[in-house]
Amino acid sequence: MKPLQLLLQSSIGKKVIMGATGAALVLFVIGHLVGNLQIFLPKEKINAYAHLLHSSAGVLWAVRLGLVAIVGLHVWAAISLTAQNKAARPVNYVEGTRPYAASWASRYMFHTGLVIAAFVVYHLLHYTAQLPVANLLPSTHPAKDFNQLLVTTGAQSGYRDVHAMLIAGFQQPIVSLFYLIAIGLLCLHLSHGMTAMFQSLGVQEGVWRTRLEKGAQVLAIALFAGYASIPIAVYLRIVQ
Amino acid sequence: MKVNLRVWRQRGPDSPGEFKNYEAADLNPNMSFLEMLDVVNDRLASRGEEPIAFAHDCREGICGTCCLNINGKPHGPGRAIATCQTYMRSFRDGDTITIEPFRAKPFPILKDLVVDRSAFDRIMQSGGYVSVRTGAAPDGNSIPISKEIADRAMDAAQCIGCGACVAACKNASAMLFVSAKVSQLSLLPQGRPERHRRVLSMVAKMDEEGFGNCTVTGSCAAVCPKEVSLDFITRMNRDYLAALMHEAVGRAAGKEGGAG
Ligand code: HEM
Ligand code: FES
Repeated sequence: MKPLQLLLQSSIGKKVIMGATGAALVLFVIGHLVGNLQIFLPKEKINAYAHLLHSSAGVLWAVRLGLVAIVGLHVWAAISLTAQNKAARPVNYVEGTRPYAASWASRYMFHTGLVIAAFVVYHLLHYTAQLPVANLLPSTHPAKDFNQLLVTTGAQSGYRDVHAMLIAGFQQPIVSLFYLIAIGLLCLHLSHGMTAMFQSLGVQEGVWRTRLEKGAQVLAIALFAGYASIPIAVYLRIVQ
Repeated sequence: MKVNLRVWRQRGPDSPGEFKNYEAADLNPNMSFLEMLDVVNDRLASRGEEPIAFAHDCREGICGTCCLNINGKPHGPGRAIATCQTYMRSFRDGDTITIEPFRAKPFPILKDLVVDRSAFDRIMQSGGYVSVRTGAAPDGNSIPISKEIADRAMDAAQCIGCGACVAACKNASAMLFVSAKVSQLSLLPQGRPERHRRVLSMVAKMDEEGFGNCTVTGSCAAVCPKEVSLDFITRMNRDYLAALMHEAVGRAAGKEGGAG
């Protein structure tokens, strides 16, 4: 068979795709957090950052389509591998397969992944497509339509007011709760995924296995703290 | 001592199976688990009942035949031992012990606790060897191999092919077994010339037999009677990627059979 065909069809080929796309998504998740944490700086910072990201429609769409392709490959490989895993044990043990030495996260990658997928779709409708129905705010809320949130004074007059949008977005407790749950599950997914990907890509042996496991857990907790800090700060009115 | 057994009984590959309860009394705690089953079977036979079918051969932990899932764990409660090296003193008097066959689609049940693991043999036949012309045995020390490499190859070669890794994995993945068999050869100079062809065909066979895929839970290595390390899976993945690249480069250069 041709190499590309083997990459797409064999078990290890699909695991390599899983690991490579997972690694790319991890980089995105880290970069996205660094960008978002600018909410804690004067509001001009994050608005200027958002303006920069939107300054070239070509680059913006190239990155967006690239991300969609990466997520698509990741989810396709996940579904394909998981279906094979299910088929490999049609009759289970009387008390199920016990989790010898296996962490919870490692056994529920597909389930946490599904919640993440649902969250990503919602998140895009909420903040990227900015559909007013998605933010679940009362229709009388002054910031109901995120499209209308523009900076009116100062040097950034006419910029989209992303700072105001983030705050309004987290003013609906149900939305913030879903966000926190999804981020929690994402970080569980990553606490395992960020080590598993090194094995899938063939670069995790000996002492590095334990080091990477520790590192992945620390990074997963840091990512959770970083992402969770935003709705919590909005709730506690630390940013307003 | 006395234990209560809950044993999977199944007449043949296509019959439905069920759990049956047996009381095993008057046991010596220093009996091995298999000796305990022998005693139970003697008693069943003397009552004219069908003995419990279970597989065994060496009874000293080197052949990998004694595949039983004991209380949900392949090879029972011990660490780094096979079923035949498990002793009744590992259980408490009066315990109920559930005994099931290994469960995986590529390991069909033949009878009671006996499963057909010839899928492993077919994976080995697909490339788990070194092609050499037979002749006079070569001098043992003619190819220098560092101790470090020899030790690692031996760690991989510890695998007795019992299938506990498949049995314990939530995905019924055979990657620990295949990676040990790939690595024991690809680590050594004698195995290197065929390393690309070997890993490609053994993985292809593994997939074709219907095993699942590794999700790095680590259960396989935790129950392995020979403590084969997950690191060999990393190694196999790397070998596989190298083989794919070698193949791609070979094709780009217009050569036949890039791998091998
Ligand atoms: C931001 C989103 C996501 C990130 C950063 C991410 C990251 C990762 C990483 C790093 C891995 C380890 C790869 C490996 O095992 O080699 C992984 C595995 C996995 N991911 Fe994701 N993932 C994301 C979304 C999803 C989604 C939406 C699904 C949907 C079902 C999913 C399902 C899985 C599954 C099933 C595995 C385990 C695959 C296996 O071990 O064979 N992930 N993910
Ligand atoms: S009977 Fe040979 S390993 Fe147990």
